[in-house]
Amino acid sequence: MIATTVSSGVVVLVGAVFLACAVEMVEALTIVVAVGHTRGWRWALEGVVMALLALGALVGAFGPALVHVPLTWLRLIVGGVLLIFGLQWLRKAVLRASGLKAKHDEDIIYAETVAELNAAPLATTRDQVAFMMAFKGVFLEGLEVVITVLTLGTSAHRLGLASAVAGATVALVAIIGVLVAKQLSSVPENAMKSSVGVLLISYGTFWTGEGLSIHWPGNDGFLALLVGIYAVTTYGVVLLTRQATRRVAT
Amino acid sequence: MNTFLLKWLKAFGKFWWDFLVGDTPELFVSTIAIIVVTVLLGHGLHNSHVATVVLPVLVVASLLWSVRKSWPKR
Repeated sequence: MIATTVSSGVVVLVGAVFLACAVEMVEALTIVVAVGHTRGWRWALEGVVMALLALGALVGAFGPALVHVPLTWLRLIVGGVLLIFGLQWLRKAVLRASGLKAKHDEDIIYAETVAELNAAPLATTRDQVAFMMAFKGVFLEGLEVVITVLTLGTSAHRLGLASAVAGATVALVAIIGVLVAKQLSSVPENAMKSSVGVLLISYGTFWTGEGLSIHWPGNDGFLALLVGIYAVTTYGVVLLTRQATRRVAT
Repeated sequence: MNTFLLKWLKAFGKFWWDFLVGDTPELFVSTIAIIVVTVLLGHGLHNSHVATVVLPVLVVASLLWSVRKSWPKR
């Protein structure tokens, strides 16, 4: 029997990259499917390929550069960015779970994209509208994935693993997307967003602490504790917010 | 400076501004405050154990503060 030990840091890294990537790719896929069904797949897929190439170039350009930043500074900056990013995700997820913000509905996004595409005149040669919409959808959603992969991957010294997980998730979402086509609204997006938020602030707290020379008890193991604390607290904040909303309504 | 570079720099700056500050400036400010407080605690008390507790507590407080701003008013 081969004994394998996987640190909590790796589990959190893989979980955060997988979930962040899946959520963003579902959003991108909704736009691409809408473009493909309305204007044809050729220009939609060309936009997707160009966006993926541009994102790959960004990782290629900034990834190796980040490795040269002193580790303490890198962890402090990355920790801060992840804290802000994670708190933004969690805030939105809490407001959506409490009913104070409309849930992200892929069906509505699909319908809006189709309406926008139908309003634009059909091209006889190159369909710039379809190309640009697919390109922008994939590039803008992918940019958040690139930032997550670069920040988590470089500070954990596991950029290869983070990139591989991101690549595998993109492929997985694409395959599922082809199979389920327009039923992306059944993806439990808010639950996934909450999980990403919890994982990002856990990593953010951990790296900020490391950047400030804090010695976490149990090293990487403390990350698992942070995830647990933040998950429970987030649930508590949702309950508090629901209560506050009900109090005002009555 | 050439116009293309200037435009690119402007777009780059705008992207990071939207990304880090956007419509939740309180989260940007509170993250800076968390880092400053943790540094001061670490240096002042020469004891990182306090910071291991204070840092997560401040993060939770930031989330609660930002969410509370969106609570409906009576």
